[in-house]
Amino acid sequence: DVGRSCILVSIAGKNVMLDCGMHMGYNDDRRFPDFSYITQNGRLTDFLDCVIISHFHLDHCGALPYFSEMVGYDRPIYMTHPTKAICPILLEDYRKITVDKKGETNFFTSQMIKDCMKKVVAVHLHQTVQVDEELEIKAYYAGHVLGAAMFQIKVGCESVVYTGDYNMTPDRHLGAAWIDKCRPDLLITESTYATTIRDSKRCRERDFLKKVHETVERGGKVLIPVFALGRAQELCILLETFWERMNLKAPIYFSTGLTEKANHYYKLFITWTNQKIRKTFVQRNMFEFKHIKAFDRAFADNPGPMVVFATPGMLHAGQSLQIFRKWAGNEKNMVIMPGYCVQGTVGHKILSGQRKLEMEGRQILEVKMQVEYMSFSAHADAKGIMQLIRQAEPRNVLLVHGEAKKMEFLKQKIEQEFHVSCYMPANGETTTILTNPSIPVDISLGLLKRETAIGLLPDAKKPKLMHGTLMMKDNSFRLVSPEQALKELGLTEHQLRFTCRVHIQDPRKEHETVLRVYNHLKGQDYSVQHLPDGSITVESILIQATAHSEDQGTKVLLVSWTYQDEELGSYLTSLLKKGLPQSTA
Amino acid sequence: QQQHEDLSTKKLRLTKPSKSAALHVDLCKATSPADALQYLLQFTRKPVEVESVEGVVRILLEHYYKENDASVRLKIASLLGLLSKTAGFSPDCIMDDAINTLQNEKSHQVLAQLLDTLLVIGTKLTENLPVRMRLVEVACKHLTDSSHGVRNKCLQLIGCLGPVEKGLAKEGENQAAKDVQKIIGDHFNDQDPRVRTAAIKAMLQLHERGLKLHQAIYSQACKLLADDYEQVRSAAVQLIWVLSQLYPESIVPIPSSNEEIRLVDDAFGKICHMVSDGSWVVRVQAAKLLGSMQQVSSHFLEQTLDKKLMSDLRRKRTAHERAKELYSSGEFSSGRKWGDDAPKEEIDTGAVNLIESGACGAFVHGLEDEMYEVRIAAVEALCMLAQSSPSFAEKCLDFLVDMFNDEIEEVRLQSIHTMRKISNNITLREDQLDTVLAVLEDSSRDIREALHELLCCTNVSTKEGIHLALVELLKNLTKYPTDRESIWKCLKFLGSRHPTLVLPLVPELLSTHPFFDTPEPDMDDPAYIAVLVLIFNAAKSCPTMPALFSDHTFRHYAYLRDSLSHLVPPLRLPGRKLVSSPVSPTIIPHEDPSQQFLHQSLERVYNLQHLDPQGIQELLEFTIRDLQRLGELQSELAGMADFTATYLRCQLLLVKALQEKLWNVAAPLYLKQNALASAAAKQILEETYKMEFMYSGVEGRQVVIIHHMRLQAKALQLIVTARTTRGVEPLFGMCEKFLQEVDSFQRCFISELPHMQGSFVDKLLDLMPRLVTSKPSEVVKILQTTLRQSTFLHLPLPEQLHKATANIIEPTGESDNPLRFTSGLVVALDVDATLEHVQDPQGTIKVQVLYPDGQAQLIHPKPADFRNPGPGRHRLITQVYLSHTAWTEPCQIEVRLLLAYNSNRSKASTKIPKSAWNESLEALPPSENGIEGTIPFSKPVKVYIMPKPARR
Repeated sequence: DVGRSCILVSIAGKNVMLDCGMHMGYNDDRRFPDFSYITQNGRLTDFLDCVIISHFHLDHCGALPYFSEMVGYDRPIYMTHPTKAICPILLEDYRKITVDKKGETNFFTSQMIKDCMKKVVAVHLHQTVQVDEELEIKAYYAGHVLGAAMFQIKVGCESVVYTGDYNMTPDRHLGAAWIDKCRPDLLITESTYATTIRDSKRCRERDFLKKVHETVERGGKVLIPVFALGRAQELCILLETFWERMNLKAPIYFSTGLTEKANHYYKLFITWTNQKIRKTFVQRNMFEFKHIKAFDRAFADNPGPMVVFATPGMLHAGQSLQIFRKWAGNEKNMVIMPGYCVQGTVGHKILSGQRKLEMEGRQILEVKMQVEYMSFSAHADAKGIMQLIRQAEPRNVLLVHGEAKKMEFLKQKIEQEFHVSCYMPANGETTTILTNPSIPVDISLGLLKRETAIGLLPDAKKPKLMHGTLMMKDNSFRLVSPEQALKELGLTEHQLRFTCRVHIQDPRKEHETVLRVYNHLKGQDYSVQHLPDGSITVESILIQATAHSEDQGTKVLLVSWTYQDEELGSYLTSLLKKGLPQSTA
Repeated sequence: QQQHEDLSTKKLRLTKPSKSAALHVDLCKATSPADALQYLLQFTRKPVEVESVEGVVRILLEHYYKENDASVRLKIASLLGLLSKTAGFSPDCIMDDAINTLQNEKSHQVLAQLLDTLLVIGTKLTENLPVRMRLVEVACKHLTDSSHGVRNKCLQLIGCLGPVEKGLAKEGENQAAKDVQKIIGDHFNDQDPRVRTAAIKAMLQLHERGLKLHQAIYSQACKLLADDYEQVRSAAVQLIWVLSQLYPESIVPIPSSNEEIRLVDDAFGKICHMVSDGSWVVRVQAAKLLGSMQQVSSHFLEQTLDKKLMSDLRRKRTAHERAKELYSSGEFSSGRKWGDDAPKEEIDTGAVNLIESGACGAFVHGLEDEMYEVRIAAVEALCMLAQSSPSFAEKCLDFLVDMFNDEIEEVRLQSIHTMRKISNNITLREDQLDTVLAVLEDSSRDIREALHELLCCTNVSTKEGIHLALVELLKNLTKYPTDRESIWKCLKFLGSRHPTLVLPLVPELLSTHPFFDTPEPDMDDPAYIAVLVLIFNAAKSCPTMPALFSDHTFRHYAYLRDSLSHLVPPLRLPGRKLVSSPVSPTIIPHEDPSQQFLHQSLERVYNLQHLDPQGIQELLEFTIRDLQRLGELQSELAGMADFTATYLRCQLLLVKALQEKLWNVAAPLYLKQNALASAAAKQILEETYKMEFMYSGVEGRQVVIIHHMRLQAKALQLIVTARTTRGVEPLFGMCEKFLQEVDSFQRCFISELPHMQGSFVDKLLDLMPRLVTSKPSEVVKILQTTLRQSTFLHLPLPEQLHKATANIIEPTGESDNPLRFTSGLVVALDVDATLEHVQDPQGTIKVQVLYPDGQAQLIHPKPADFRNPGPGRHRLITQVYLSHTAWTEPCQIEVRLLLAYNSNRSKASTKIPKSAWNESLEALPPSENGIEGTIPFSKPVKVYIMPKPARR
């Protein structure tokens, strides 16, 4: 389900809440996540270890003041610097619309937003933040909007990556999402476009520019209704660079207010933008627009060509609608809808081809201007999602933020191509994922060196057999040499020896038998020694021969070895059991 | 202390150079490792002569064994490597010692350094196979070392020295060197990524040295593509590429199915996969290599451009496909409707493969990449593949056109160039042309010019296309009038390529009307000229076209044919003679009349040697005038004519200066005559430098003549000085210098001397024994007579001769608005100039700024400021920083381009055989021949500037 993103992750005993969004479609209690779900009794602060906000869109952070101030939460909230900067502007705007315009009460106040923001801890990209001794988080670049980040949450050796919204194709102002091969146990990814593979952006951009350019050359006016943040900046950059390149003179206006403040932050957070903007900012900050000026109400009546960005994006109210009314009658003009429009709005009506609109007051507005649709979306498509999974190599994937039917398809694909299990829980559903935690064990350097020296080359890809004693003591694991273990535990060493008697038919004297055995074994590549007391040692294995007490023709060979030499010992026994070769001597 | 000195004396006996002894003493004195290190560092700064290298090495080794501190040993080891690099030193004598040192070494770092030294030794002894084998064996032994640095070096050593020759490899009975590939291959799985990278690099090194790699490595390399480290992946991509070039046709199985494909296709698919790698270094590498895989099957190739689109599980067509469809259905560029891109048929969910192992969409991804480096690499690869496959060229067109709108200018430029390169294989559709033409409004001159070049060689399919192109070009012309020449040239080619498409457009373009006379257009309008250029070039191969012309068009034709002859071709017009001289097939091109004229006039000069001086002077003056005029008329011959005219002018000056009348006058009149003669000598010198360095295509024969002329000028200078200065002292030096110059002239041009019978130098060399012994005053006398009696040398002309020219486009020098800036700070002035026929402009072109107070500033432009738009042409776009103290009112500064030359680098010195040069030149002081100077070669441009006093 899209909107109201809020995910609770319990990892190795830690509880982390990912995003705290609101739902655009509802105006009652359903607009915020149900926080009573987290814990029935007891405070949230006690239960949650931290909250992470991926980016500043309201469906990812809209419920934050409600959550922290009205429900009550006092632990840190993590977000990136740009998100921290822009988020309060949007929250304030949202509050104003709900409280001032719609007149709702029992809503969070400006002060609450401020208090909430005080709890925020800002993080840098790729900075590992220790939330507490065990829990650490790390942000990766996600594209999508300025400051959007993916977060890796790690406790011990278990980790989860939450993508938030991300975009794998770069656009005019932001780069592509990137993550290293961090191999998390679980990747929680959005799946808005689970069943779409998009065309290259260039065609759309080119078309857009061509349309605008043609209209302006004809002397027409172009209206582009936008939402204040995100796409608007992309389109601005697009037009700005185009104007620069083509040496155009027609004015471009941007309706003021919210956007001006936001633009200011775009200027500040250059490091979060794409390569081109980052590289050119030494000469000129691309967000310091040369051609784009602030809009004034009076400009709409100016003669001559112009381009105006106006809010809101669906032409349902406000400035964009006012301008639209003024310009609709002239066929030279054009309106470009850069995004989706909800049913019932003017935007939707004109896009579906309606040419006569009934405005309030029974006025009929005839739309003669051209209407264009141009979609610019900043979510990863199916290929992008797959690409991210390939980059991160998770052991499990969990899909959120999308429609169930579409997710089903993607899930199937992921399982088929990466052979990892994939989950898609519905709202309120809990998925449990078994991990295979590896437990770190300390090993003393001396032992490690000794053991590695025995074998051949150390090889990363193959497990290696080592001898040692595993000691579990005081909540820690150590691998130590047996001698040390004995010493530490105060135990004495016991030797385990195997002995085995082998009967051999040999009428000769004992020492001759021994000599035969010695000659027989000498051929092997062990160090075989004939000791003066009449016994033979092969490495550390002792072999003695005695005549059988009853039958002198049978000699009894006593083979004895410690358990460490089990392999060699049993080999020698079996060798001896086969009998000695018939010596000619 | 006593003992040390003993040691040093002993060493002195062994190896005679004192240098090693000094080092030894130093090292012995050193009390701590830090001291020793300091001594060694000091020692490194001084070069060591070849003879003493061995001695020094011995001493270093001795200390090496004694030394306990690893850092000192490390330094010694690195010094050993440095020393064995010394030219002329054969390091085989120290090899054994170096190998011995390895055995007892404990420190990994020192070991690695020693191996590095061995590598240096080995590379110096590549011819010696046993030595190499031995070194490889040593390296193999140390491969088991636990330090990555040591293993790294070992692999590097094996890669550089491992046996490559097949037969010899078998001979080596020692198992170590038997199969180098296997040894290296075993380290593909090393635990350290650095070692893995080194292993792959070593393998590549072996390949470069000519060893044929086994195909079995392929599967190993494929596994490395999934490595965690980017260096490993990057190197693995290279290795796979190498293998795919070695075994393109081998068959490899596709995992998880029973099918098999060609290795090159499989490798192509794998490399394509890497285009969407996480690291951009790898992406660039992969995208670059894709371009050179030309044996790939076409359906694989075409997949790279195909990214199956879908929306909600339904197949969607790409914008490209839609555009194509629109075009073929006859409707052109309809407005976009919402839902125009509505998805069509349902897709079978099972059939969709989101991450193909194949090449699917590799270029689509590459061209959309975040980093422009990747995008450029992808465009380059597209270009190379399209050049070899016409069908692919057709397909990739849409993508290239899209790249014209990239945000980075370099990428746009690159894609335009790419398109030009493949333009033979393609025809532009109208909608594509539309997008291409939209870029004409780009504010960057480079882009526009590249686009004009592209349009020159594009095929357009319809007459609407031509019309569209013309309209857009005219729009471009009005917006950027400076593009005039480039646009005309573009239209010339456009016209001559598409005569039949232009034909139906002619009435409209000339705005003729069947019944009414239309007003005659303005002949000076660049736009009108542009249209005419298009039409006339089309008319060349379309005889019916002139029938559509109106009267004034013919008049304009005649005018343009004369004024813009390089743009307007000769036409066969009905009822008229051909306006240009008829090119009848009987005349062989190189005998065209103007060239004949040139040769004739030169003949005349050379033949009439024994005329009275007055006659010679007049003839020379006439000929020079003729030549100059010829150069103006015939641009192809301008270089040649100018060159000869300059030569004749020198001769003329010489003749004038030597007129007997002047030299015989009484002492008081010396002054005037001296002034004339010394000015002449100076000018001749200058002109000879111009002749030598400003023309491209000057050959050895001309250089001799030029140098000879210069020698004459110097003789003249000597004579003049001799007559004006009192006392003999200064003359001695001058005479000697002059004689040295004669000597070096003889040495440089010994082979040319036979051709110079009766010339000044010829006579001079005959008199040489006398000259050397005689007094300066006598020398001067001899010179004077020889100079006067010597004959005039015939200047042979080379095939092609072009004068280097420069033209400053910007600043134009017309602005009345002074450039204001605060004094003490700098202001950047954009300079844009075209250079023609300049060789090595990066090294020779300088910008000079002259301030009104006579202060001159010389600026060396960065090499990156030069672009090379075509053969023989260069473009300098640079910024000049100006600064000055405050002025009271704005004033003009002059900006000009200079051509720097250095007579050491002259063509003469490169021509002489090395052996003759080496022995003699060493004796000469280096400065003697190295005259550096500059030739101004562009018109100065004035810029109005105004440094304001700084405000407090």
